[in-house]
Amino acid sequence: MHILPLAEHALLVHWDNRIDPLLNDAVQALYRTLSAADLPGLRDLLPAYGSLTIVLDLDYFDRRHPAADPLLVARNWVETAIKTPVPDAMAAGRTVEIPVCYDSAFAPDLEALAARAGLTAAEVVALHTDRVYRVYLIGFLPGFAYMGAVDTRLAAPRLARPRGRVPTGSVGIAGAQTGIYPLESPGGWNLIGRTPLRLFDPQRPEPVLLQPGDQVRFRAISTEAFHQIEQTR
Amino acid sequence: MSLLMLKTGLQDTVQDAGRWGYAHLGIHAAGAADPVALRVANLLAGNPPETAALEMHFPAPHLRFEQPALFALAGADFRAVLDGQEVPVGAPALASAGSTLVFRQQARGVRVYLGVQGGFALEPWLGSNSTDLLAGVGGLHGQALRAGDRLPFRQTLSETPPGNKNFSWRARVSDLYPADSVFRFLPGPEYNLLDDASREQLETTEWRLSRQSNRMAGAVEGPALTLREHYELVSSAVLPGTVQLLPDGTLLLLLADCQTTGGYPRVAQVLSADLPGLAQNRPGDGFYFCLAQIEEAAAAARRQRMLLRRLGIGCAAALSQPYSTPLNNPHHDH
Repeated sequence: MHILPLAEHALLVHWDNRIDPLLNDAVQALYRTLSAADLPGLRDLLPAYGSLTIVLDLDYFDRRHPAADPLLVARNWVETAIKTPVPDAMAAGRTVEIPVCYDSAFAPDLEALAARAGLTAAEVVALHTDRVYRVYLIGFLPGFAYMGAVDTRLAAPRLARPRGRVPTGSVGIAGAQTGIYPLESPGGWNLIGRTPLRLFDPQRPEPVLLQPGDQVRFRAISTEAFHQIEQTR
Repeated sequence: MSLLMLKTGLQDTVQDAGRWGYAHLGIHAAGAADPVALRVANLLAGNPPETAALEMHFPAPHLRFEQPALFALAGADFRAVLDGQEVPVGAPALASAGSTLVFRQQARGVRVYLGVQGGFALEPWLGSNSTDLLAGVGGLHGQALRAGDRLPFRQTLSETPPGNKNFSWRARVSDLYPADSVFRFLPGPEYNLLDDASREQLETTEWRLSRQSNRMAGAVEGPALTLREHYELVSSAVLPGTVQLLPDGTLLLLLADCQTTGGYPRVAQVLSADLPGLAQNRPGDGFYFCLAQIEEAAAAARRQRMLLRRLGIGCAAALSQPYSTPLNNPHHDH
């Protein structure tokens, strides 16, 4: 692990450049410990796969601690947090079940992905719903959770030509990752289904459904169930 | 009563200093693309520096003051004209009820900020009035403004000014921006992956921002740079001012509306003190990058914040001098 400035107002704690649950455990532990602490001058914490970034409010330091070096203060936060993590730092995240309709109308890339793996569409659905995924990080769009890892047979490269418009709720696969589009947006992931849940809803008190560190399981639902949930949400 | 959009501009959004504290949920800060100009406009209008203001590009909108207001423009110079009378950038001005503000020409810069005394009465989202166009939240209805939209004022002038009026003083903003088109950068976390020739080219090339640049990002046009070896990166944090190297060797400068994370090598991080100047550098106008170290970066940012505080003190003193129309206290009957 090493610590380096990303900017005058941002410190990057970098472990390694891999998608690895043990590595991400360390990121999550630091994230939880720092977010539980009262750290005046802290603006943002951004946990990612193998790194965590701390963004600082330099106006705060000017006002309250003009003699301090804010990046050094943040470095001390990190060192203290690693030495004395909060008790639940390494605990499993919340478990969240996400209903997904894998019917072909919602899954334009399911057949191709299945054919590529030598599987039937039903087998892809069975594999995709058969495990619990870790939310490694949330990025790209509000509430877009990068989850993994999928069964190696389901891993697939991004589309050669990204779609200009991916519908809200689309569930996709890119490499070993799986994710859900929280908003309609351009995108290059292989789309294998759609959830009626709102991953992002600005009107909710908690606008984003998933948090970094959550455990996610997908549950296959029918088109009827999809529309039913969509109407009641 | 409010500021009425008579004619839609290229992209006009309400922006403040940004929506912080939600990066872990993928919610980017947004906020003014030139945060210095946002603060200058507000200080000139007698506001706290991070109050929401109207960020405008060129072609800029036509605006009507439906009630008298004290306002200020800062950032780009679009040759503003209020009912036929020129309004300087970097000075407060008084608009009478019914007056019309138009912008004639993109004389300098890319984005101008209009701050109005008391600010706009809008509903914040997650503590900020910044417009997030991607998520469709913040600002006014989460969108760029269009003809017919109204930005309500939070405060009214107690008396109608006898006419539009310019003040006799202006803010000196030259020290707040780089003197020439040289923008300093810190080595990004992946800077050392650039090969030797590319690292040299980064500092010797006259670069230009692409005409497709927007609030999210701008491609930096120039020679393709190369890494020592192929490198696969997993997503990690990016910030406004981060310069990424795309797979085809193009540099991409991220701005205020950038995503929270990215998977391309971060070869450079433009100094916070220099980024406002780069955000005002017109697409097609040449500029240079120059490597700096963290001590210089921190000192430059600290000096800029100090100059802004000093400007705030100066503006408060100047605005407290009597002028034809006294102001009354804010009222909240909107």
